[in-house]
Amino acid sequence: MSAHRLSPVAWILVLLGAAIMAAPLLWTLLLSFKANGELMRDSAAAFSAPYTLENYRAILQGSSLLRWLANSLIVSLGTTAGMLVLASLAGYGFARIDFPFRRTLFVFVLLGLAVPEQAVILPRHQLFATLGLHNSYTGLILPGLVGPFGVFFMTQYFRAIPKELDEAALLDGASRLTIFWRVLLPLTWPAQATLGVFTFLGSWNDYWWPLISATRSERFTLTIGLASSQMNYAQTSGLGFLMAQAVFASIPILIVYIVFQKQIVRAMAGTAAR
Amino acid sequence: MGRSARWTGLAFVAPFLILYVVILFYPLLMGMGISLHRADLFGARTFVGFDNYVRLFGDPIFHQALGNTLLLTLMIVPPLTAIALGLALALNRPTRSAAWLRGLFFSSSVLSVTIVTLIWRFILTPDAGLVAEILEAAGRPPIPFLSDPELTIPALAITTIWWSIGLPMMLFLAGLQQIPADIYEAAALDRAGPWTRFRRITLPSLRRTLILVVMLQTAAQLQLFGQAQLLTAGGPSGASRPVVLFIYEVAFVRWELGYASAAAEMLFLLVLAATLLQYWAVRPREEG
Repeated sequence: MSAHRLSPVAWILVLLGAAIMAAPLLWTLLLSFKANGELMRDSAAAFSAPYTLENYRAILQGSSLLRWLANSLIVSLGTTAGMLVLASLAGYGFARIDFPFRRTLFVFVLLGLAVPEQAVILPRHQLFATLGLHNSYTGLILPGLVGPFGVFFMTQYFRAIPKELDEAALLDGASRLTIFWRVLLPLTWPAQATLGVFTFLGSWNDYWWPLISATRSERFTLTIGLASSQMNYAQTSGLGFLMAQAVFASIPILIVYIVFQKQIVRAMAGTAAR
Repeated sequence: MGRSARWTGLAFVAPFLILYVVILFYPLLMGMGISLHRADLFGARTFVGFDNYVRLFGDPIFHQALGNTLLLTLMIVPPLTAIALGLALALNRPTRSAAWLRGLFFSSSVLSVTIVTLIWRFILTPDAGLVAEILEAAGRPPIPFLSDPELTIPALAITTIWWSIGLPMMLFLAGLQQIPADIYEAAALDRAGPWTRFRRITLPSLRRTLILVVMLQTAAQLQLFGQAQLLTAGGPSGASRPVVLFIYEVAFVRWELGYASAAAEMLFLLVLAATLLQYWAVRPREEG
């Protein structure tokens, strides 16, 4: 089908869709460059000059947004690093070493794939309250580490690496940990990148858990902070400022998307092929 | 293998497994337990058996929320799947413009729900939104998307489709890449038209991807939450409140943890049933 030319009707539909995709983004961008007072009178002012960088300057001159941005970075990077370490160790263990109850435990982990967040989030909130983990980075990071997908993904990847590699190293007297660290881990870079990007995206955009766990403004992540200023819209400095916040907050994740586009597309291909 | 070696594997698996048990498996069981109690957020509990579940069956607010969730899922999943498939078919070509368009259609997927609703609030709101400005330019009155009970659910559906179109499109594109080109060449020799090729070759080859997309999207939309909370706050008077927002409000506004947990278990069952149903759908023909 790919060899065929697209009919004009199909092209028009695709372009119409593209316009619907792009218009909200452009509208947001335009609003973010307008003075708040002017938009207060009529938001159609967004379509004409003068434009200003005032809203972005206000953000950089110490709004809470920078604090939330730092929190989001700490939580997302912490979650990503933790996930890569735990999933790689467990993946290697499940794929390569025979130990008692290995199959049973693997199935037990896979069962977690069927558990939606809703089934655990309220009791988890209770548990973390008991442990005094709310409003802490640890409390925000830990729930992101227990998704079984990472373990499943890394186990599959380790299984695909030829066994002769570790067997030769074992005969040379290397320990399991050395083999894991020196021989196999360097071969898993593509998998680390894919899992890393997805964990980062998921953690960066998480809403439900930080909403109930981080209740103090200084521990808000970007998603929660922006939600709070969105709900107190009347008290903020105005529409232009709000939209500049949205644009500013999207920049890190758009950079991740653009840099790691290849990994994202390849991972999709992998998912669809299974 | 020596005795100590037998346990080496467990040492590699243990760090994850311990966290998994403490933060996922234990809360899962704990939630089932709490749903059988009258419990507040601060730990006071009385065992009430299945009272919470019985109460859910008679609660008109829960019924409304369940209806809203099912309606949202129905209004989102089929159009989303159809549009994503159409886009994948149209953009599955090696040109530069197709690559740009793929990037555009995927770009919204990396945004968080907060940013998506922030953007769409000022598309839809009647006092300053883009749609209202366009209507005004055409001399027509604004449409109250976010406050008219007839319009809030469609508004949430449109916002969600805009947000989530990228992933299913990418999955379909990946699926299309797997279809061997020579099948189409053979079909072209047989003078099969585009519609026949689509129905006889493309659609059957995409069967697994199609089921995967519907499964992932159904599970996701049954759990729709952030859009409704941020855009419409579930209103007006519950007209757009989905089940997860119901759970959130019962737990964190009304502080009835036992009742909220029972609702969460019901939703868990619903998601599980939808997933199993679709697994079952993919089974029969695959054995052949």
